[in-house]
Amino acid sequence: MNFKLASSPHQHVRRNTGQVMRMVILALLPGVLLQTWFFGWGTLVQVMLAIITVVVTEAAILELRKKDFESAIKDYSAILTAVLLAISIPPFAPWWIVVLGSFFAIAIVKQLYGGLGFNVFNPAMAGYVMLLISFPVQMTQWLPPAGLAQYSHNFNDALYVIFTGFSVDGFSIAQLKTDYDGVTMATPLDTAKTAIAQNLTYSESIELPIFDSLVPGIGVASSWISLGYLLGGLYLIKQKVINWHIPVGMLTTTVVCAIIMSIADSDVYPSGIFHLLNGSIIIGAFFIATDPVSACTTNKGRLVFGAAIGFWVYVIRTWGGYPDAVAFAVLIMNMAVPLIDYYTRPRTYGHSPIKTNKRGINDE
Amino acid sequence: MDNNFDDIVKKLENNELWDFHGGVFPAEQKTLSNQNLIAQLPLSKYLYVPVKQHIGVEGQVIVSEGQAVLKGEPLTQSSNPFAVPIHAPSSGKILSIGEHVSAHPSGLPELTIKIETDQQDRWLPLTPMVDYQKQSKMDVIGAICNAGISGMGGAGFPTHIKIGTTKQVEFLIINGVECEPYITSDDRLMREHAWQIRQGIDVLCHLLNPKCVVIAIEKNKPEAIEAMEVACKENSNYQVVDIPTKYPAGGEKQLIQVLTNREVPAKGLPIDVGVIMHNVGTCFAVSDAIFSGKPLVQRVVTVTGGAVETPGNFWAPIGTPVSHLFNEANYNSKAQKQPQAIMGGPMMGFSITDESVPVVKTTNCILLPDAKESQTRKEQACIRCGACADVCPANLLPQQLFWHAKGKELDKAQDYNLFDCIECGACAYVCPSDIPLVHYYRVAKSEIKLEQDEKVKADKARERFEKRAARLIAEQEARDEKHRLAAEARKQAMSDSGNTAKDKIAAALARAKAKKEATAKGMSNADESIAPHKANENSGTKASSNERVQAAIARAKAKKEAAQKALQQTESKTANLEPTEISDTDSADSKVMLQDADVADTLDNKDKPAIDKKAKVAAAIAKAKAKKLAQQREEKEAENSIGYPDNANSAVEKNTKETQSDDIQAENLALKKQRVAAAVAKAKAKKLAANSDQVIADDVTTKQDTLQSLDKDNKESQGLDQKKQRIAAAVAKAKAKKAAKDASQKTEDDKS
Ligand code: SF4
Ligand code: SF4
Repeated sequence: MNFKLASSPHQHVRRNTGQVMRMVILALLPGVLLQTWFFGWGTLVQVMLAIITVVVTEAAILELRKKDFESAIKDYSAILTAVLLAISIPPFAPWWIVVLGSFFAIAIVKQLYGGLGFNVFNPAMAGYVMLLISFPVQMTQWLPPAGLAQYSHNFNDALYVIFTGFSVDGFSIAQLKTDYDGVTMATPLDTAKTAIAQNLTYSESIELPIFDSLVPGIGVASSWISLGYLLGGLYLIKQKVINWHIPVGMLTTTVVCAIIMSIADSDVYPSGIFHLLNGSIIIGAFFIATDPVSACTTNKGRLVFGAAIGFWVYVIRTWGGYPDAVAFAVLIMNMAVPLIDYYTRPRTYGHSPIKTNKRGINDE
Repeated sequence: MDNNFDDIVKKLENNELWDFHGGVFPAEQKTLSNQNLIAQLPLSKYLYVPVKQHIGVEGQVIVSEGQAVLKGEPLTQSSNPFAVPIHAPSSGKILSIGEHVSAHPSGLPELTIKIETDQQDRWLPLTPMVDYQKQSKMDVIGAICNAGISGMGGAGFPTHIKIGTTKQVEFLIINGVECEPYITSDDRLMREHAWQIRQGIDVLCHLLNPKCVVIAIEKNKPEAIEAMEVACKENSNYQVVDIPTKYPAGGEKQLIQVLTNREVPAKGLPIDVGVIMHNVGTCFAVSDAIFSGKPLVQRVVTVTGGAVETPGNFWAPIGTPVSHLFNEANYNSKAQKQPQAIMGGPMMGFSITDESVPVVKTTNCILLPDAKESQTRKEQACIRCGACADVCPANLLPQQLFWHAKGKELDKAQDYNLFDCIECGACAYVCPSDIPLVHYYRVAKSEIKLEQDEKVKADKARERFEKRAARLIAEQEARDEKHRLAAEARKQAMSDSGNTAKDKIAAALARAKAKKEATAKGMSNADESIAPHKANENSGTKASSNERVQAAIARAKAKKEAAQKALQQTESKTANLEPTEISDTDSADSKVMLQDADVADTLDNKDKPAIDKKAKVAAAIAKAKAKKLAQQREEKEAENSIGYPDNANSAVEKNTKETQSDDIQAENLALKKQRVAAAVAKAKAKKLAANSDQVIADDVTTKQDTLQSLDKDNKESQGLDQKKQRIAAAVAKAKAKKAAKDASQKTEDDKS
């Protein structure tokens, strides 16, 4: 008899990498749908464009590297990257923005480092930062959320704007950006920052129409979208796809920083809840910082990693040149991962607590 | 120990337990096989009994091919404490003793005794030890060892070593956890033989005197828990504890942690934290050995999986080929895509390579998974999700271990405590990328071990090499030095041929002096006769001894010169010869020395002083003659080798001729110099007397006697007349002749 030889264990949990990634994508759905509801079809168009780009890019590169691209596509990691990038960029940004960003994320950030599991940086965030630095104008053209916009737009408008720069009715992106008061639209974080820079107090700034939502001080769209992503994130924790350490570490730190600062001067520094629900911190905490490849792998390390990101988010948001900071904070901490991992190793069974000598090697 | 014994016992009584890190919850699948009684497996025609089935060393095979054996007859024995004997699992005939595929992941062949059963299953007369409490512990332990019992849970550690501990045992833990999915052999054993297991525990308690006995069983075996509880009711010291179902709760270290919150130190043993653990199967075997006298010749094996139609448990004789079990459980190979059989459970078992692999003492399960159960998916890249680290019971970082193991960074893998991995498979079980992590660890571990072995070997080789190199250098230097000296000697001999004459004169002078001394000595009393010996100690105290010392020095000088010359001689001769020649000449030298020693011996042995004296004188003269001859010959040879520096062979040839002519010359010389020789003989005699005195000094018991005889000897020598001396001289002549002959013989020997 020709026996089949396999190494133990002979059983596996019926969940593989592809399934894990698919679950993450699934968990993104509520947030993405809400984003589409508020910002129009552009979001979905961007997602489709990004997915097509990453699949083509990854296949081409793996073909060049003489690797099996079918299984690589099936692990859905590239597609997840695409979705994360696409929902980060303005829905009506020109098509080449998302294509360039996706290509950069896969070809440079992921494959050049050796493919899945080897990339140091979070590909979606690296792509996003590259775009933000290179094309600041296109990357900040957020349209007003539904209900606030002067002109409504449909799916065809979205396609037209993305590919030609003009809607079906011939409106330019700049026109679409104005709200019903004729004021050019900005994101809530931007708005608050600008307002405070114009010597308005924080409480005055949240009187602006963009903050007219269920919770005072939170952008209408932002709050709903954030809640959508929060829902997905909690589902992932429950499914044990991600551990709670990174999101909790990150959100707590940002909020604590915000609370401390707003106690110090509530006119200039927004409240904790403002920071929590505005901008992309929720999606960052549950979906971006938790990208396993570029995050810490020990639980203690994850807490440190999350907390450090939260800290950087607050610092950059408050004093930095960019309104939102998740992408920068994540990239900064990606670099520190090996270090954190090394110093947060758990104590192995039967060993005395880890003492680290000069080389950082565990001596018994 | 940070965890106090009393606290632990209190907690255990309240059924409060601790937890271990990680762990997984694979589908249990126990009901497949635990529904029916353990069935007796019909004897298979052939049994393949591996000689080594435990951790340790194997014994010596004490049976031979063709021999008839009875069931329970020992097949091996050894005096090594780590050896465990094996026994014939049934009666029959030994067909062969040779290599057979092993019950090991590698499947490498190992020494196995093949028995053809006679189907009668006749036992050897058994000797139970029912009164074990009255026996000495050593005898009980011996009986357990002789029954061939080794751990039946997994590793197969010799039981008698574990129970032979002299350390204080706080907890004796009986492991009935059986956390691996599918396996139910311990479950069924506890249900059906709880009493016998308890008896086994009694024996272990008698030997170990534990403060507390804990019988740990996983919660998913309520029937077994109940059975054990009933069996242990009478003894309040025995506690049956149900353990939460989680893999690998049955791992030795994990179970200790769950029950006591103590951690076995890395590289340590459970006894280091006051714990001894035995498997229920081992307890059963102990009970069998003590109360029925039966050695371990069968065990319970679960045969299960989707590919068998009637899964269940069997009493299988050790050595039964698995194919026999396949048949009994109605293995349906069509349920599998490709035949696959696993020895052990799905988490830690290994694929067997051949259906004739035998059941051994540690075989608890044969798993035949159907196509659905045996899923193999392609390995993908590690996404560093950390799922593996979350479930690792040893609290390792499996992804880091994998990273370094795959990258062959073995040092780093060890930094991450690779060797603390218990290969439980929990990490690979949860890995979403389907990485066979345990396989990587096994490979890395064996590579590290190989490396270490090789390092030890290399170190030894290097040491040897360095020693050899040093020796070669030293030899080379010595040779160079000798060559240099020889060359100098040659130069000297060529430039100043009078040199040797000078030497001769010096020697003659010395001799003359010695003669004078001898005469003086002849007058001196017995005490002074041993003065030279004393003189060495108290030089300068007496004028006469001073003189003697001088004479001795002069002689020594002459001798040394001669010796040096001889050495140079030999060197220059051998310079162009084969290396073996060196040793030949060496042995020739030693022969000369031996001869000297012989002479001394004879002197020593002679009891009668007169004869002794004569012999001494004769020998001394002979020696002197021989020496002189040798010296002359050497001088000639030195000339020869200068004459034929490039043709050593012909030089040697010539040597022989010269020696022959020397013979004649020596005779003439001896005749001529009779008188001188006699004088010399006297001097020599004195020296020899001193020498023999020294020899005696070595022998404490005879010292006194011999000293006395020497005294007498010396007194007599005073009255010795000329006649006797002449006789001695004649004898000396003869001796000298013989010595010369010997010398020539030697040279011939040297040549050949
Ligand atoms: S479970 Fe597998 S994929 Fe995840 S970190 Fe461990 S080895 Fe990597
Ligand atoms: S096999 Fe080793 S590394 Fe993996 S979970 Fe078990 S002990 Fe940990």
